[in-house]
Amino acid sequence: MTVHRVWVYGDNVNTDVIFPGKYTYTLKTPEEIAAHALEDLDPAFASGVRPGDVIVAGRNWGSGSSREQAVTTLKYAGVPVIIAASFGGLYFRNCINQGIWPVVCPDLSQWVQTGETIEINRQAEQILAAGRVFAIPSLSPSVQAILEGGGLLPMLQRRFGKVDT
Amino acid sequence: MNGYTFAEKALARAAGLSAARAGDILDVQPDLIFSHDNSAAIRRIFEQTGAPAVVRPERIAITLDHAVPAPTTQHAQNHAEIRRWVQEQHIRHFFEVGRGICHQVISEEALVLPGETILGADSHSTHYGWLGAFGMGIGRTEMAALWAVGELWLRVPESMKITLNGKLQRGVTIKDASLRILGDLGVAGGQYRAVEFAGDTLSTLALDERPVLPNMMAEFGAMSAYLPPDQAVFDYLEPRRTRAYTPLYPDHDAIYAEEYTLDVSNLEPQIALPHQPDNVVPLSEVIGQPVQQAFLGTCTNGRFEDLQAAAEVLRGHRVRCRLVVIPASSQVFLQAVQSGVLAALVEAGAAVGTPGCGPCMGNHMGIPSPDEATVSSANRNFRGRMGTPDAPVYLASPYVVAASAICGHLADPREFLPGHNPL
Ligand code: SF4
Repeated sequence: MTVHRVWVYGDNVNTDVIFPGKYTYTLKTPEEIAAHALEDLDPAFASGVRPGDVIVAGRNWGSGSSREQAVTTLKYAGVPVIIAASFGGLYFRNCINQGIWPVVCPDLSQWVQTGETIEINRQAEQILAAGRVFAIPSLSPSVQAILEGGGLLPMLQRRFGKVDT
Repeated sequence: MNGYTFAEKALARAAGLSAARAGDILDVQPDLIFSHDNSAAIRRIFEQTGAPAVVRPERIAITLDHAVPAPTTQHAQNHAEIRRWVQEQHIRHFFEVGRGICHQVISEEALVLPGETILGADSHSTHYGWLGAFGMGIGRTEMAALWAVGELWLRVPESMKITLNGKLQRGVTIKDASLRILGDLGVAGGQYRAVEFAGDTLSTLALDERPVLPNMMAEFGAMSAYLPPDQAVFDYLEPRRTRAYTPLYPDHDAIYAEEYTLDVSNLEPQIALPHQPDNVVPLSEVIGQPVQQAFLGTCTNGRFEDLQAAAEVLRGHRVRCRLVVIPASSQVFLQAVQSGVLAALVEAGAAVGTPGCGPCMGNHMGIPSPDEATVSSANRNFRGRMGTPDAPVYLASPYVVAASAICGHLADPREFLPGHNPL
């Protein structure tokens, strides 16, 4: 069981406001990339986020372009889990492949507000929030393995015997 | 038990399984994978994996198309890095500056065939549905993984069936129908899904028109899109293909998450207003809006028949605003030259550029000034897409682009078509 502070957002948040396109070719280090997370959605986020905080969003989080930085910007900011009513298809894939856990939970964003805390129980596949229990849909074992291994790149590095990047 | 959708059949095949269902997670081995100017960035991720070399280099295609010829030193260095990589890794299907846009070139070269699976590091990889293939866009890390191990996990998407009935009227195109679908159902209308097209309209479409539908489905949130291939497609592929193939068709009792039907017989020209491809209205509502630039090109509408349609409207006229024409490939360019279509465009005042993406994503060759409106035959008009955040971009058919170029404002092409009877 882990405890997390939440940042709550609405429906149809696209990748352009999660990580502005104008930075995609210029910013390279994790710190630089994290510093612009959600810049055009919530200017308070990048300076206020703490490692372990999670995003709770409405429908269609991460729609739009397939840019991977829209996931890594949150990963570098220390966000381990993104919970949304639904995800853009490419965004969901990018989460798994970058080692961030995407959780589909249709109602949670209605019950919590930014700054509140929730409890996540991975074993029981449950979220406890606002005095209620929300189910976490299980992922297939192979996808779970990528996620737990930290994403696609670390998995390949282990496969090819490369210790570090 | 119910039958299977196209996506279920195609992905089962690509995973070497006898059957799969929507929701299953499979490790698929695509028949072809491709990337473009982003290949240098993918190479850098590939190097981090520790893989010794790419696997199956004969199934990799790389095109230089997004910023060609190189507009800056940085772009030139990027291209040079890709050329070195292609040589080092013995990637034979490499297409130089000027050959054309990835989706058009790979189609012309018949590098992917009906029933096959193609994954591309480009969001419009839905395009290949016109050949009856399963095409899907992926990210850079995913492409690096495919280079390294030749397979990738995919979740089999639920399918949605879109039936198009009736025959389009003269001056109205499948682009107008695609825009109407987006206008009706929105940019998330096909989210997570594979779209299957059906209906009697499909067989009336010329080969050059067919890619428009699956290409535009990238704007619909769809993972993939499919048209059932017919004899016209098989005939197109016959002289070009280098391997055998087996086309796949959905079962009549397959399960669809949603169905939608559109009768196109009375459809009027449509247009997407700034800054979203689903912000669609009938063209008649915005006739007369001034435009300073008209752009004819892209993987959506830069093929020979698109250029020919524009020439049909433009013959005997001079453009009143800038008209930028970029053929989708060198083959399209050549056909336009040999048929006299290009002459008609140039006589009307068009500026013609090197086959490639041109100004579609704002790299060069037609970036608008903030106060200038563009009418474009491309597929997306997100804010800043053409390089200038404030500049309004309208999306329409090649006919509408040509008519608007003549008038200097949004105009109905049907008035310029021979044999047109005023309504
Ligand atoms: S023409 Fe435009 S949409 Fe097509 S591949 Fe090039 S940049 Fe992408």
